[in-house]
Parts: sequence; structure tokens; C-alpha cells
Amino acid sequence: MTNRDFWRGFARNKGAVLGLLLLLAVMALAAFADILFPGDPWEMATAPFQPPLSGDALLGSDMLGRDIAAGIAHGARVSLVIGLISTAVALLIGVTLGAVAGFHGGWVDDAVMRFTELFQTIPNFVLAVVLVAIFTPSLTTIVIAIAVVSWPPLARLARAEFLSLRSREFVQAAVTTGQSNLTIILRQILPNSLSPIIVSASLMVATAILLESSLSFLGLGDPNAMSWGYMVGAARTMIRQAWWMSFFPGIAIVLTVLSLNLVGEGLNDALNPKLARSRG
Amino acid sequence: MKHRLAAIHRLVAGGLLATALALPAAALAVLSAAPALAQETPVRGGTMNIIVQPEPPLLVLGLNQQGPTQTVAGKIYQGLLTYDQKLNPMPSLAKSWTVSPDGLTYTFKLQENVKWHDGKPFTAKDVVFTTSKFLVETHPRGRAVFSRCSSITALDDQTVEFKLKEPFPAFIQAFEVSSAPMMPAHIYEGTDYRANPANATPIGTGPFKFKEWVKGSYIHLVRNDDYFKPGQPYLDGIYFRVIPDGVSRALALESGQVQQTQYSDVEPFDVPRLRQLPHLEMTTKGYEFVAPMSWLEINHRVKPLDDKRFRKAIAHAIDRTFIRDKIWFGLGRVPTGPINSVVKFHDPKVTVYEHSPDKAKQLLDEMGLKPGADGTRATVKVMPMPYGETWSRLGEYLKQALGKVGVKVVLESTDAGGWSQRVANWDYEITTNFLYQYGDPALGVARTYISDNIRKGVMFSNTMGYSNPKVDELFAGAAREIDPAKRQEMYSEVQRILTDEVPVVWLLEMEFPTFIDKRVKNANTTAIGVNDTYDDVYMTAK
Repeated sequence: MTNRDFWRGFARNKGAVLGLLLLLAVMALAAFADILFPGDPWEMATAPFQPPLSGDALLGSDMLGRDIAAGIAHGARVSLVIGLISTAVALLIGVTLGAVAGFHGGWVDDAVMRFTELFQTIPNFVLAVVLVAIFTPSLTTIVIAIAVVSWPPLARLARAEFLSLRSREFVQAAVTTGQSNLTIILRQILPNSLSPIIVSASLMVATAILLESSLSFLGLGDPNAMSWGYMVGAARTMIRQAWWMSFFPGIAIVLTVLSLNLVGEGLNDALNPKLARSRG
Repeated sequence: MKHRLAAIHRLVAGGLLATALALPAAALAVLSAAPALAQETPVRGGTMNIIVQPEPPLLVLGLNQQGPTQTVAGKIYQGLLTYDQKLNPMPSLAKSWTVSPDGLTYTFKLQENVKWHDGKPFTAKDVVFTTSKFLVETHPRGRAVFSRCSSITALDDQTVEFKLKEPFPAFIQAFEVSSAPMMPAHIYEGTDYRANPANATPIGTGPFKFKEWVKGSYIHLVRNDDYFKPGQPYLDGIYFRVIPDGVSRALALESGQVQQTQYSDVEPFDVPRLRQLPHLEMTTKGYEFVAPMSWLEINHRVKPLDDKRFRKAIAHAIDRTFIRDKIWFGLGRVPTGPINSVVKFHDPKVTVYEHSPDKAKQLLDEMGLKPGADGTRATVKVMPMPYGETWSRLGEYLKQALGKVGVKVVLESTDAGGWSQRVANWDYEITTNFLYQYGDPALGVARTYISDNIRKGVMFSNTMGYSNPKVDELFAGAAREIDPAKRQEMYSEVQRILTDEVPVVWLLEMEFPTFIDKRVKNANTTAIGVNDTYDDVYMTAK
């Protein structure tokens, strides 16, 4: 598939293009947070409880006079960084285990899949809460906790792909030419099984952002990092006095997660063109 | 690493611990009835609904003195005395009392015709049993006070005499219902107090009797018709409603389903809104006995926190008026020093630390802590109390305020169990804390600063590790001095020393909001406010 095919497939899905634009906007916000809102987002820059569009706080200020807009811009960094890194870690764990299980089969497959099921039987969020609580909240522990609860579906997906590709002729050919198992996994099977993995990884970034927001909402975020979930959590009790404090960060979460889902859809269409076309 | 290993246990125990720890914090409220109302004729009848939060573990006040337990059990049990809002003793189960001129002998005359809820008479024997046997075994504060007695004797059925080993003028402050609740000797004598089956159905002398307890929902008390004051109490009964969610508590109060909330039932940010409601009266009176004081607790074992110039710099760097107005929504008073201004022997003539980042920077310069390339002079770890968002906001404020003078703050988060474990074991740099003062510096203030009380593993002791022999001597001397003028001198001097050395940075004399429906009269009139008997409380028609 050429790049052009890919973009054509992607662009056919209007929602995906919109999602990509939104996502780029969020990324730009995160990248330029220091220029748009210089200084510390925790800074009590203005009077407390300023409604939106008043004074120098575009989206209003919170109970300590912190600028909500600055919080959203700086929070975008935390959300994106956590979403991307934890997905990368989950990919590493999930794809490795899935590949090993699918490629080797037999007792290795059994062992790895039972291990995966062990994680799948524990509710994601509960496990994440427990992990963060045990290791005390910080950006690192949150990333690890999210990765640890997110990898099992990836492992199952990778295993299924590997199982079916394992018996294909090009893999048999590679075996007969004497390539090592590692080379076969990395150079032959993995590139051919990437499409579904990329699609689910893009959706996983969205889930990771939601997980981080939920943890912060519960007060299990990094207390030194401004994040959207923290903003909503801290403002929740004051919703009757100051709706804007929870509304805008909430909107930021919704838009980002939505954009990632739309992009995921678009990737799916682009990477599985037959499927997309058959849908019309 | 050891906190991490302990963390799983804490997850299980954390909820329970949080409840236990939050209780002292969550417990008090009082309203003063206007004098004009007292002249109305009380109406008999009516049932009052009061929030109780969190739900008490049991109601036997001699065994458990957590805040919510006190509010409920204060209607069932009684102490010998209660206190007016200036902390002067007033009769409760004791009709009158005398103190010998040498300050060693306290004699109490008891009320007549007092009966326990099971019909047995209340006599001096019960008082002797409670103070010499029951409380010394079950009640930490009671043990500290009554172990100072050389003898406790019933002179006759209506008279009890306490003889002290050495003078202790704070003794008279130790007889309200939570410090010394009278327990029935005929039920507890010779038994294992904590395992006594009667603990499920508390028997006291108070105006209300235990009727029913539906766990997780309500505790129902009904009028004691044999109460020793004729015609009282006026109410038919009281329901204590358990409502764990803050928003629901505020709604119950707004809609008139409950007629009273106290201590931390209403979150500070809801107070301004609820105060506007025409059917409610808000007061911060009735907490004079507990008189909570909050502070930044600083571990003197960590550099540079051991240098008093650094602690002074912190005191100058923070704006305590901002903290009071913006974080506590105006509830509380900015303190001058270690003794709450409503407690006896408070002296405002001390070193006061106004908000001045410049002075803070100057002190840090003096210490040789120059700003580095990024403006940072020193880094400290602050662990806010895990008791709700007000304390988290305070942590966020401290990070900003100290950051402005070049002290970088790293916030640590923890759960309630982990917090008390780390503070008690001195494993912290800076945290926030608050303690009750119990009406007299000898009872509630000295414990934080005297070096005898540096005890590893014990919460609410001198966990900072502050030690000054002069301070120890003054607190010890003032505790046994019977001349109030001389006591004042010693306490004034100790306040001057402490405000100069800043062992902790005092933040706020905390106030709790008590909301009471305007139909309820005479509630919350003493220094123990909502924990008093309510034997003269009545409700007017809607």
C-alpha cells in the first residue's frame, strides 16, 4: 500500500479528518502551552471565582484564582504524554507476549494466555487504583499502572494475528531458508500484523487519557502536575457556584478522546481498505 | 520502601483509619440561643433530626470519644460539669463543687434523684468507679488526668472528693461529658468493659435514652421520662441521620429534612450559600472547648528545617489571611501563637509574622541559601493531610507561596493511614496538622511542645522533635501553679519563646460551622455546643 492509498482511505472518512484536525489542535496547545500561557499553571494569577471572559482569565478562574485556560493548556501535555507513553509501554508488553504466544503455540501459548486472563479478570480501573495507591502517585507510577492494565487486549490481538500468519507460506519459506525465530517474528510476521495493532493502539491512547483523568479525579493524580482530571475533580463540589471550573476541562477531555476515536476509525478504514469499501 | 509494603494493608485499613482520624476533626458544633428566645415558654414535643457523620462505631462514650460518638452519646451520658462559652464550669451531674485553697482537694456535690436509664440510682459510687477504674483503663485523656489523683473517695452517696498528688488547676476543665462521662458501676464493675454485652444498649443518666440503631441509616433516641430535671427534656426524641455524601448532607439541610449539622458536615465552600437560607442559623460558637489550632508541622530533624530562620521565612512567605478567606471561605481566625485565642492564658503580645515575601527572602539570604540558576534556594517536601480537598488546596497554595521566595515544594500525597504512620514515625519534612486544645494549655497545648512527649510512633505527640528546656520548665511549672496571675506570666513567657522559635508555623484557629434550623431553640449554648445534653432544647411549630 502506498502513502497515497493510505491518505485516500483515511480522507474518505470525514469524521477521521475532523478528528485529526482536533488532535493536531490539542497537540499544538500542548506544544505551545509555555508560549500561550507562560509561567506556572498553579500560579494564583487572578481573583478567585472569575467567570469566563472576565478580566484576564479567558475561561474563568478557579477557587484559588488559577487560570482555567492555562490549566487546560498545561494539562494537555500531561494527558497526551501519559496517553502516548503508557500506550507505548502497553504495546511493548502486549505485542511481545502475544507474539511469543502466537508464534510458539503449545504450552507457551497456554501459559501466556492464562497469565493474560489473570489480568483480564481484574477490573481495569480497580487494578489501576490499587497500583497507583501502592506506589504513591507520580507521573511514572501512573504511566506504569495504565500500561499494566491495558496490555491484555493487545496481547490477545497480536496472538491471533501471529497464529494465523504463522502457517502462511511466506513464513514457511522463511523457516526453510533458515531465518532465526526472532528474525521471522520481527521481519516477517510483525510488519504484516501491524494494521489492527495500530488501530487498537490509537483507541488505547484515548482510554489511557480517560484512565488518567479518572485517577486524577479521584485524587490519585501526580499532585505536582496540572491535569484535566484533577481540574474536574477539584471543581466538582463547586459546580453550583462555578460551573466553568469543571465544564471546560471536561470539554477538553471529551474532545481529545473523541478525536482519538475518530482518528482510530480513520486508521481502520485506511489500513483495511477492503473492509471500508465493502461498507460503502 | 516500607510505606509501599504497608500500603496494601492501608488500603484495607485506610477507610477505617480515615474515619477514626477524621473524627476529632469532624466533631464539634454549637449555636447560641438569643437571650430573647429564652423567655418564651418551651413547647413540649417534636422530634429533631441531626446529621451524624461519619457513623460512630459504638455509643458507649467511656470507650470511644470520636467526634460523632460525642454528639450522639452526649445526649445519653453526662459528665459532672459542662462549661459556658468562656469555659467557666457549670453544673451538670454535679450540683456544686469546692476547691481547697491549696488546690489539692476537689469536692463535688451531686444532683439528687438522678437515675440510670435502667432505673437504678446514680450515686457517688458510680463517680468513683468511673474516674478511678473505668476511664483510666479506656480513655487516654482521662488516664492522664485522673492518674494525678492520690485518692478518689465517696464521702456519702451525694459527695465525691478528689485528692491530687500536686496542684493541677486544669483539673476543673476535665469534667465535661467527653473527658469524663459517668458510667454505671452496677453494669460494668468487675467485667471486661470493652466486651460487656451492655455496650450494644448504652445506659446513661442523660435526658435521652437509646431506642434503636439501624446501621448505615439512623440512631434513634427517645425522651427519658425519669430525667432528674422535672418536665425536661422537651423533645420527644432525636434521630441522628447517617449521610455519608457531602452534597446530600447540604441538600438535607436545605430541604429541612434535618435541623442541625455540625463540625465538618458542611464543606467550607457550601457555607456561604447555606448561610443565605432564611430558615437556617449559622454559628461558629460552641467549639470553645475543643478550640482546634492548625499548623504547618515541620520536622526539625531535616536540614534546613532545623534552622529557626528558615521556619520564620516560611511564616513570612505565606499569607494566612488569604488561606482563611479563600481556602476556608472565611471560617477561622488568624492565630498569633500556639494558644487559641478562645483558650485561657492566650496572650496576643508576641512576635507576629506578617505576610512579607521580602522578609522571607532576607532571612534565607542570611542563612546563605542563595537562589540557584532556576531561582531555587532549597527544596522541601510537603505532605498535606489527606482529610479532604480543603487541605489539598492548602498544599497547592503552599507550593505557590513558598515557590515565590525560592523554596521549591514537592507535594506528596498519601492516604489517612499512611499519613498518620509517617508523621508518628517522623518520616516527613513538612505536613499540616491540627489539634484540639481542651480549654487549658496544660491539657491541649503543652503536649505538642514539651520534650517529654517526643515519642516515636505516637500520633499527636511532639512529632517535630522540638526541644527547649526552658519551654519544658515553663509548661511544667504553669501546670501546677494555682495562682492564675502567675500561671498567666508563665504561659505568656512560653508564648513569647515559642513565637520566636516557630517550632511549627501556626496557620489557623479553625472554626466549624454549625447550622441549626430556626425552629430549634436553646441548642448549642455551651462550650461543648452540639455535644451537650439538649435537655432544654425545644422546637416551635412550623
